[in-house]
Amino acid sequence: MHFIVCIKQVPEGTEVEIDEEKGVLKREGVESKLNVYDAYALEAAVSLKEQYGGTVTVISMGPPQAAAIIHEAYMLGADDGYLLSDRKFAGADTLATSYTLAEAIRRLPKADIIFCGMQTTDGDTAQVGPGIAELLDLPHASYVTKIYDITDDAILVDTDMGDGIETLKISLPCLLTVTKEVNQPRLPSFRLKLATRDREVTMWDSQALVGANASYFGLDGSPTQVERIFPPPRGQEREIWEGTAAELAEKLNAKLKELKYV
Amino acid sequence: MSRMRVDHELCTLCGECVAACPFDGVKMGDGAIEFTDSCRLCRLCIKACPTNAIWLEKSEAGGDLDRSKYKDVLIFAEQRQGVVQPVTYELIGKGLELAGKLGEEVTVFLAGHDIMPQAKKLLEYGVSKVYLYDHKELEHFRIEPYTALMVELVREVDPNIILMGATSVGRSLAPRVAARLRTGLTADCTLLSVKDNGDLVQTRPAFGGNVMAQIITPRHRPQMATVRYKVMPAATKAANPTGEVVFRKIDKNLLKSGIEIVEFRPHQVASSITDAEIIIAAGRGIGKPEGLELLGELASLLGGVVGVTRPLVEQGWASYTQQVGMSGRTVRPKLYIGCGISGAIQHVAGMRGADVIFAINSDPNAPIFDVAHYGLVGDMYEIVPRLIDALQKGEKAGAVFQAG
Repeated sequence: MHFIVCIKQVPEGTEVEIDEEKGVLKREGVESKLNVYDAYALEAAVSLKEQYGGTVTVISMGPPQAAAIIHEAYMLGADDGYLLSDRKFAGADTLATSYTLAEAIRRLPKADIIFCGMQTTDGDTAQVGPGIAELLDLPHASYVTKIYDITDDAILVDTDMGDGIETLKISLPCLLTVTKEVNQPRLPSFRLKLATRDREVTMWDSQALVGANASYFGLDGSPTQVERIFPPPRGQEREIWEGTAAELAEKLNAKLKELKYV
Repeated sequence: MSRMRVDHELCTLCGECVAACPFDGVKMGDGAIEFTDSCRLCRLCIKACPTNAIWLEKSEAGGDLDRSKYKDVLIFAEQRQGVVQPVTYELIGKGLELAGKLGEEVTVFLAGHDIMPQAKKLLEYGVSKVYLYDHKELEHFRIEPYTALMVELVREVDPNIILMGATSVGRSLAPRVAARLRTGLTADCTLLSVKDNGDLVQTRPAFGGNVMAQIITPRHRPQMATVRYKVMPAATKAANPTGEVVFRKIDKNLLKSGIEIVEFRPHQVASSITDAEIIIAAGRGIGKPEGLELLGELASLLGGVVGVTRPLVEQGWASYTQQVGMSGRTVRPKLYIGCGISGAIQHVAGMRGADVIFAINSDPNAPIFDVAHYGLVGDMYEIVPRLIDALQKGEKAGAVFQAG
């Protein structure tokens, strides 16, 4: 079987702050690590490979230094990796990202299951997985919490629907986005680290996606536009209350009512 | 292809753009500013440049949008087990406000089986039409038929705006509908407003809530957004509802699905701390394990759960699953009330994303007060019982009011 895992390099932590004077982001946002949910997606693919045989391909879109997370994926059991990197891909919103990844996946050997993390920790949208499924015309399930097994060209999974857990039988090929409940990712293997040290990352630019609609890439292919960014208003609302316990309790009760928590 | 451009005559090589870029997308080259492959076209460098030497050169893709062709706000009514979910009424409330400003109306997409009473209930809130898709195959949400029917409706009625709940269902459905329509979708909006030309201004948190981004969809329609539950106030019933239910014929071909629902197991009410919308958290300052019982009482009155800092887990007073912080769980509740918590960075890192943070601590210099939106300097053993008292009284008053 062929499993494809979509991964993304994201900033370490979410300690991105806005310089209030200049209205710009401080530099802590430099990309450096594998999106945490993608580690669970990769583990899901690798453990299915171990169970049913096959290969695991990881694919990412990002600047050239994002090759680091593909090497990391090799240490975790991925067999080969592709990095979509081109200035034409820059400034992509979730639709343009879904389109670019979907076009790349079309050009790889046919996948039985495509895995994504449920969301990224920088964008938090959870939109790219379903977007890829749509563009490839595949059934998908978001928020997969458990994978049972593959039988008769279908996979049995649990998904978190918010109000409960649904067990779904999904015909292959399909796309799944996974939560942290789905497994416990293994640690990078020293043996694999040595074995994959020289394994190449295939770099694909827009030319590799010849036949795709180039106007759907990057900023030009993004219907949404960021007009401006600004710090959250919470800083201005910081208040310190002093007084007797009775006064403070009353004030707290009133504020909870005002904020509609009561 | 769009790209960043530099006017080298205006550029003084001051380096402000290099300092401002969070992505290493611009660097000081050999006597000139250069953009690298890491540039994301985010335009922060444009803001940072003191001489206005940088601009974004956009390639003109697509023709002008005919905005007049699109009108009304279409709401996706999410039903679970035959009941329209509360987030839907909040979306209707917001939709009516936006539509009102544009002189448009609010319409609703509802799919399910034998759910006419739910459709009628939606009308009571002042929507002009409920497009009802009633079929056994639509009883439970399945991604392909729901996507197909929603897209079919949208192509026929050309809404200006589509709103969906940022629920498991909405976050699965909205991106597929948006991708099939090739239009813009903004997740988890916390503010929505409209410009006079009908453009939807969507504000959402980015980078874990440390930054707010304002997003528009200027060249595409419909404009799609998801909104989380309890972010917007719910609609109130209309004085004279005049809307109608529109029965939609269902093309059987659109009901095909590769997904079979084998079983559904509802969640137990007690949910995990990660999912909790309200967290009452305890730190070392509570001094004794009995404090947790007191806070448990407060949590149940507010419909929340109790979280703790690491020392309490190490003391054996609470379980690891309740621990909030870097080594525990990261939480983003709507409401967080920290009691006896000093505000160590390892804890703060796990809860700073909360929408509203209250802190009660008798030490006015506790670092938690730098994080809290509302800091109460006092003893939680004196404040919390009084709050519980007030909440219980309020509950009784509410019950009497409802009965009357």
